[in-house]
Amino acid sequence: MATLTSPDLTPVAAALRGQKLPRWAPAALAALGVVLGIGASYGLYGELRTANAVVLSAVLYSAVQTAASFAVEGRRQAVDRLFTTFVYTAFLLAALPLVLILWYTIQRGYHVISGTFLGSSMFLVNPDNAGGGIYHAIAGTLQQTLLSALVAVPLGVLTALYLVEYGGRTRFGRLVSFFVDVMTGVPSIVAGIFVYAAWLIALGFQKSGLAGALALAILMLPIVVRATEEMLKLVPADLREASYALGVPKWRTILKVVLPTALPGIVTGVMLGVARVMGETAPLILLVGTNPKINLNPFSFSQVSANPQTALPTYIWDSFQQAAGNPTHPAAQRAWGAALVLIALIMLLNLVARTIARFARARG
Amino acid sequence: MAKSIDVSDLNIYYGSFLAVEGVSMFIEPKSVTAFIGPSGCGKSTVLRTLNRMHEVIPGARVQGKVLLDGEDIYGSAVDPVNVRRTIGMVFQRPNPFPTMSIYDNVVAGLRLAGRQPRAKLDAIVEKALRGANLWNEVKDRLKKPGASLSGGQQQRLCIARAIAVEPQVLLMDEPCSALDPISTLAIEDLIQDLKGKYTIVIVTHNMQQAARVSDRTGFFNLSAVGKPGRLVEMDDTQRIFSNPTDKRTEDYITGRFG
Repeated sequence: MATLTSPDLTPVAAALRGQKLPRWAPAALAALGVVLGIGASYGLYGELRTANAVVLSAVLYSAVQTAASFAVEGRRQAVDRLFTTFVYTAFLLAALPLVLILWYTIQRGYHVISGTFLGSSMFLVNPDNAGGGIYHAIAGTLQQTLLSALVAVPLGVLTALYLVEYGGRTRFGRLVSFFVDVMTGVPSIVAGIFVYAAWLIALGFQKSGLAGALALAILMLPIVVRATEEMLKLVPADLREASYALGVPKWRTILKVVLPTALPGIVTGVMLGVARVMGETAPLILLVGTNPKINLNPFSFSQVSANPQTALPTYIWDSFQQAAGNPTHPAAQRAWGAALVLIALIMLLNLVARTIARFARARG
Repeated sequence: MAKSIDVSDLNIYYGSFLAVEGVSMFIEPKSVTAFIGPSGCGKSTVLRTLNRMHEVIPGARVQGKVLLDGEDIYGSAVDPVNVRRTIGMVFQRPNPFPTMSIYDNVVAGLRLAGRQPRAKLDAIVEKALRGANLWNEVKDRLKKPGASLSGGQQQRLCIARAIAVEPQVLLMDEPCSALDPISTLAIEDLIQDLKGKYTIVIVTHNMQQAARVSDRTGFFNLSAVGKPGRLVEMDDTQRIFSNPTDKRTEDYITGRFG
C-alpha cells in the first residue's frame, strides 16, 4: 500500500493524508457479501433460504468490509465503518415492520376500495356476501375521534400550561406530572372499563359514540400533555421576558407569545394523540360495539341494532370475526380495505395538521 | 415625561443567596447612566430590579426602595405590569417575537397590553421605527417576519418595540454585546437621540462605550466569588474615567484587574 503514496509529497502532506478505500469499495464489498451469503446458505443447508441468506450476507459484508478497512485505512476508520453499518442496519430493521405493514395492507386492501365501499354501510348486507361498505365506520371513527379531541386537547394543553408556566415546581405540580406519567401507561381496555363503570353503570347512560370518545380522551390526554409540555419548555425565556418588559400581563404573554411560538409542535403532539386513539379498538368494543347501519349521531343510542355506532377498528375486528380465518371470505377482504382506509385517514389528518401549523406560523 | 430613579439600600436575593448588597444611587432624568464592572458583579441584576423584572425568576426577591419620581415601585399597592409599562427594557440578545411581522413586533406592547388605538397604529409604527433609526431600512417590508432582519436590525426593532409604548425610562442590558461595530455605532447614535426624551440606564462591558454614551457611570464590583456585588462608586462619567475617587475603580478602568 505504501506505493500509493506519491514520493513527491512533502512530509506534512504525507502526514495529513491517509490511505482510503476507493469510493466503489462499499458497493463491491456488499455485492461480495451477498454472493458469500447465498453461497453460505447453500453450503449450510444445501438450498437457498432467503431470510438466512440475508442475515448471513449482512454479517459477512460487515466482517469483510471491516477487515479490508482495517488493512488499508487503519483501526479508527475500520471501527467507524463497522458502526456506520450497525446504524444503517438498525434503521433498516426498524423501518422494516412499517414497510411490511403498508405493503400488506395496500396489497390486500386496494382492490376492495371503490365508491360503493366508501359510500355505503353494511345495513341489510349479509356479511358472507360481497358488497356493502364502510361509510358508517368512517363517520363513526371521525366523530368519535373528534369528540375525544374536543375533550382531551383543551384539558391537555391547559394542564401543560399549568405545569410549565405556573405550578411545575410546586408539590402539586410534581404530583400532576407524576399522574400524567402513570396515565401514559394505562392500558386502553382499563380506560374502557373505567368509562363503562363510571358512565354506563354509575351514571346510567347507554352505549354511544360519546362513551367511546370519553375512553379515547383518557388515552389521548397524557400524550397531548407531554407533547405540549415539551414544546412549551422549548419557547425561550427571552421571549417571555421581552413580553413582560413591555408591560404585558402573564396571561396575555402566554396567549399571544408563548402559545403561537409553540403552536407547530403542539399541533404535532395533538396529531400523535389523534393517531394513537384512532386505531384504538378495545374500549370501543366495550362501549360502542358495531352497528351495520349509518348513525350520524354519536350521542344517540340506536333504535335498530343493539349497538349505537361503528368505528373503523371495531369494523375490522368484527369483519375478521365474520371471516372466521378464511382469507378469501368477503368480510376478510372488507377488513383489509377498512385497514387501508384507516391508515390513509391517519396520514391525511397528519398532513392537514402540518399544513395548518405551517400556515398559522408563517402568517405572523 | 422622563423620570428620575432614586435607589436606597437595595439588597437583591436569588433565593437565600445575597447577590447584590446595599446599593444606593440617584439616576437623573433625561440622562444616560452606565453601569460597568466585571462579570458577576450584579450590574444586570440591579438593572432588572429597576422595572421589577428580577422577580420573574423563581425565588428572586428584593429588599430596599426604588423610587420612581418619589413613588416606591416596590410598594404593596403597585402592580409590576404597570411598572414595566412605564420603564421599558432592551435585552442583551435581540429577541423579536418570531411569530410576528416587523409591524406586529413594534405594536406588540400596545396590542398585547390591551391598549389598541387601532387607527393610530400606523403612525405609531412609523414614529417608533424612525425613533429607532430603522424606518428607512424596513418601511417596504413591514409585513415580513421580524426574525428575517439582521442582528443589528433586530436589536433596533426591539428598541422600537420598547419605545412604541412610550415609557418614561429605558433600561438597556448590554444592548450591543451581540452586535458588530457598525450596528453598535448605530445603537450608540440612537441612545444619544433618545436621551432627549427618556431616562436611559445602560449596562455595558465595553468601557469605551460607557465613556462615549453616558453622562454618569456607576462602577460595580464584588470582593470575591460568592460574595455579594456592591456599587463601588458613581459619578460623572468624565470624572470616573479621568480621576476616580476609589482605587478599585481606577484599577478596573485602567485594566489592572478584572
